[in-house]
Amino acid sequence: MAQLTMAKAINEGLRRAMADDPKVLVMGEDIGKLGGVFRITDGLLDEFGAQRVVDTPLAEAGIMGTAVGLAFRGYRPVVEIQFDGFVYPAFDQIVCQVAKLHYRTRGNVTMPITIRIPWAGGVGAAEHHSESPEAYFVHTSGLRVIAVSNPQDAYVMLRQAIASNDPVVYFEPKRLYHSKGEVDLDVPLADAPPMGLARIAREGSDVTLLTYGSQVATAMDAATAAEDDGVSIEVIDLRSISPVDYRTVTASVRKTGRVVVTHEAAREAGVGAELIASVTERCFNYLEAAPQRVTGHDIPYPPAKLEKHHLPDLDRILDAVDRVMDRPNSLSGVLD
Amino acid sequence: MTMTHTLTPTADLATDIDDVARLLTPDGERIADPELDRWIGDIDAGTLRGLYRDMVLLRRIDTEGVALQRQGQLALWPPCQGQEATQIGTARALRADDFAFPSYRETGVVYARGGKPADFVLAWRGEEHSTYNPYDINTATQQIIIGAQALHAVGYAMGVQRDGTDQVSVAYFGDGASSQGDVNEAMVFAASFGAPVVFVCTNNQWAISEPVSVQAKFPIAGRAPGFGIPSMRVDGNDVLACFAAMRWALDNARRGNGPAFIEAVTYRMGPHTTSDDPTRYRDKDEVEKWRRRDPITRLEALLRARGEFDEAFVAAVETDADALAVAVREAAMTATTRPPLTVLDNVYAEPHSGLEEQRAWFGAYLDGFAPAAEGV
Repeated sequence: MAQLTMAKAINEGLRRAMADDPKVLVMGEDIGKLGGVFRITDGLLDEFGAQRVVDTPLAEAGIMGTAVGLAFRGYRPVVEIQFDGFVYPAFDQIVCQVAKLHYRTRGNVTMPITIRIPWAGGVGAAEHHSESPEAYFVHTSGLRVIAVSNPQDAYVMLRQAIASNDPVVYFEPKRLYHSKGEVDLDVPLADAPPMGLARIAREGSDVTLLTYGSQVATAMDAATAAEDDGVSIEVIDLRSISPVDYRTVTASVRKTGRVVVTHEAAREAGVGAELIASVTERCFNYLEAAPQRVTGHDIPYPPAKLEKHHLPDLDRILDAVDRVMDRPNSLSGVLD
Repeated sequence: MTMTHTLTPTADLATDIDDVARLLTPDGERIADPELDRWIGDIDAGTLRGLYRDMVLLRRIDTEGVALQRQGQLALWPPCQGQEATQIGTARALRADDFAFPSYRETGVVYARGGKPADFVLAWRGEEHSTYNPYDINTATQQIIIGAQALHAVGYAMGVQRDGTDQVSVAYFGDGASSQGDVNEAMVFAASFGAPVVFVCTNNQWAISEPVSVQAKFPIAGRAPGFGIPSMRVDGNDVLACFAAMRWALDNARRGNGPAFIEAVTYRMGPHTTSDDPTRYRDKDEVEKWRRRDPITRLEALLRARGEFDEAFVAAVETDADALAVAVREAAMTATTRPPLTVLDNVYAEPHSGLEEQRAWFGAYLDGFAPAAEGV
């Protein structure tokens, strides 16, 4: 086991996937000599050459559309979108082509493309560099959507994403790139939990707190703080938001009877809305309180100096916990 | 980088349909072209007759498609009448192991690549998105999103480069698509990487109701050199010129010189699709003018002049066309719609628990309509 940052774990995941399969290639803007703006592809150009580490023109639709053609030809492209807010020019190719070609051709053409997206806020970035577009992709059938929260998962799930014959949108929380954790680089992929299984990050008995990616650490802090208040929170790191591991989620909700969901993305028609709808369908009779969402506001991502007022923090999560526990909270007497 | 057929800024707009390279006049007279002649030195009467037969059969498929739509058997049909020379001429120059990425109107490309009768109609009937396996005929499913396939062709060509073969991929798109970002990005990528890809832009003068003058203020072929891609503007109703230009472009790619661009100047004689009404936006006179440039009669004139258009040949082609039309009609009329649960098939290549749940629910729901078991 090695202590690695998430950035290094992803770099190592790419390196090993490329070493294992000559059909894997990485492509994107600035990923060659520079090693990517976050240095995730550092060293790969020297090791694998320009045919497999492809510095592309600055055109996101071009990157995604040529990846489709490479997949047609039997390659397994790993595409780097430089920042979350830059994925929109590629949106048409992702939702109309990448997601649908397997269906359109009745399974004759596979699109084993991994779309890596440095993702979400909290790093004081410029406009368009802190977005949370995951709901668009979760809503698109044919895509799998992964959001990792720690170096071990980042390494294993990247390997699984690349090995998958389905297209995978793989979100990397950029504020966690430098967080360290134990990583078993030699874990046999066959023995790892399948991509798509949720992880119970912390066990608890009073409230189920559902989250993923960048928000997992905040959720864990909230659970620690709640313990001092006598509330036991079970934190579930979904890891995969398409599909969601409802087996794990519903088992927890049936135990606790209370649900809080937190994510950075805006609230309306977001992943939280889907999670609560699905949990309510499955567990209505077990619920002791109305499920609660703690999300970003329904606003364009704000300027960096104000982002702390947008991102759900420990206190906003605890406030929602108070709501599901029927304790005094910020909404007491405000909304009827 | 110069174009093989030189266009100058003094040339009329993209609408100057006579500023093209051609080998056959509209009357079917064989004329010389210094660039194109060298690519058809081996073309004998048999090949010419084959091209004629292909165009006639394609027109028959198209006629049958329109008829089937009018009779309520197909939901939609995108006619390609008038574009037979462009589609047949370019596609017949390909090798079987090249890979084509056609748009929804390239019925003739699918035909030339080996499409079967069902492949022309079942998508428009709504039975399948793609009847054929793209790898069986090395032709991608016909694309409906405008210009998206140009990037796919470039990516495929990048894969060919990595595999070290001399195959070529071909992107087919129309004049309207030349306005799309994807097509322009495709040319950037193709030129930057020297990808072995040929862009075939079918300028049929109209993108639904938008004339080409809305897409271009200079011949579309004139753009490619700006990307570093050699280009040629050919008469798209001259099957020989299309064939020759395609051979030039394919040879360029096979020899490792990268992409090439062909603008085939032709005309969509019918509507955009059977849902369109072109009488709202274009003149009868314009259509009639193009009817006199018909690609099939043009080649017929050449064959007649050479004494290669005898009655036996004409009868044989008619018989083949009739048989193909019957087969296309039969494929439409005998199509069986897949069972309900198959609507959920092939969304993913591997099990997806969310969809598995929906499958289980929908399966149980459908089972509720099954007749009760005997004795219950």
